[in-house]
Amino acid sequence: MLLILLGVLILHLIILVLLFVSTAANAWTVGGSSSTDLWYNCLTTNGGYHCRPASNEDWIQAVQALMVLSVLFCFFSLIAFVYQLFRLVKGGRFFFTAIFQILASLFVMCGAIIYTVMGPQGDSSASYGYAYVLAWVAFPLCLISGLIYIVLRKRE
Amino acid sequence: AKTKLTLIIIIMLFKHKQCQSQAIVIYTGWERHALVGSDIRLSCSFFSWRWTSEDVTFSWTYRPDGSRDSISIFHYTGGVPYVDNKGPFRDRLEFVGNPGRRDGSILLKNLDFSDNGTFTCDAKNPPDIVGRPSSVRLLVFEKVPIQAGVITGAIIGVVLGLLVLIVAIYYLMRFLVARRVFNLSVRSVPGLCPAALCQPGLCQGLGLTPEPIPGTETCVAKQA
Repeated sequence: MLLILLGVLILHLIILVLLFVSTAANAWTVGGSSSTDLWYNCLTTNGGYHCRPASNEDWIQAVQALMVLSVLFCFFSLIAFVYQLFRLVKGGRFFFTAIFQILASLFVMCGAIIYTVMGPQGDSSASYGYAYVLAWVAFPLCLISGLIYIVLRKRE
Repeated sequence: AKTKLTLIIIIMLFKHKQCQSQAIVIYTGWERHALVGSDIRLSCSFFSWRWTSEDVTFSWTYRPDGSRDSISIFHYTGGVPYVDNKGPFRDRLEFVGNPGRRDGSILLKNLDFSDNGTFTCDAKNPPDIVGRPSSVRLLVFEKVPIQAGVITGAIIGVVLGLLVLIVAIYYLMRFLVARRVFNLSVRSVPGLCPAALCQPGLCQGLGLTPEPIPGTETCVAKQA
């Protein structure tokens, strides 16, 4: 039982780190010397590293909001897990934890889908950066983690 | 403290002497945003240590984006405003200022994308004529862009607000159920009816009648 709990906790922490890096890193689209989104458009010229704020179109702001919300909900779910670990009755399920985790995975999915559909693909030299890949990796992990919490029962 | 006071007085007198030859200061906006087809009022006012003379003049010049030449579009002198009658703003410019109150604002009507540019206002209040003209940049949009972060903040705020609301409602319901104001589960077996249901007629649909136990606040549900 302890091993299962430890494994689930480590998975949760990995997902939280993935989500945080994906949200905070500025590498959703990279191409040559430029790396854009989610927060800045940065260009590396031989003069240095210049950044200006990302375009304020509606969809980028929606992706920003969804990624931030997913990080917040994953964090809330971690707190709920620790709380329910000590306060749940024997045989109870971690429902609160599961709900927050599944909502977090939903938000990541929506954010990644919106960015895929509306993202800047026109440039032939631009390709998806590692932050975008991390978002797509975090989504199924987060969903699986949420489902594990639904199935998990507290035993002593 | 006395030396400090005398120092302050000396500095103030010195500034006062300077003030008589202080330049005229002209104020316009820094950047104005407008929608295509709308009107916009470009304000221009000045500060001068002299009273507003009758020979006060205002003049506006326009420099389109990407061009290096300016064209004069408005001039007010001798109490008469002269608006553009052959340039890019003919029939679209109107003087809405009040020179007596040091206001030299103009109104541009029916804006178009070609009106993007820098508008410079120069005001002179004889004998106070030394000053720097002030410029305001006009940006014409098809639709006014939303500021960065407004939608982000709104979505995050709404979702977190909903979360707080749901948690609050959950705890409120639990509190109310514990206080016996609500009873969410109706029992159909004879047993102790809660005090709130001790009124006759409330257990009717279940085929039970509440019978109060004398001396207590509870009652027993008996088969009707």
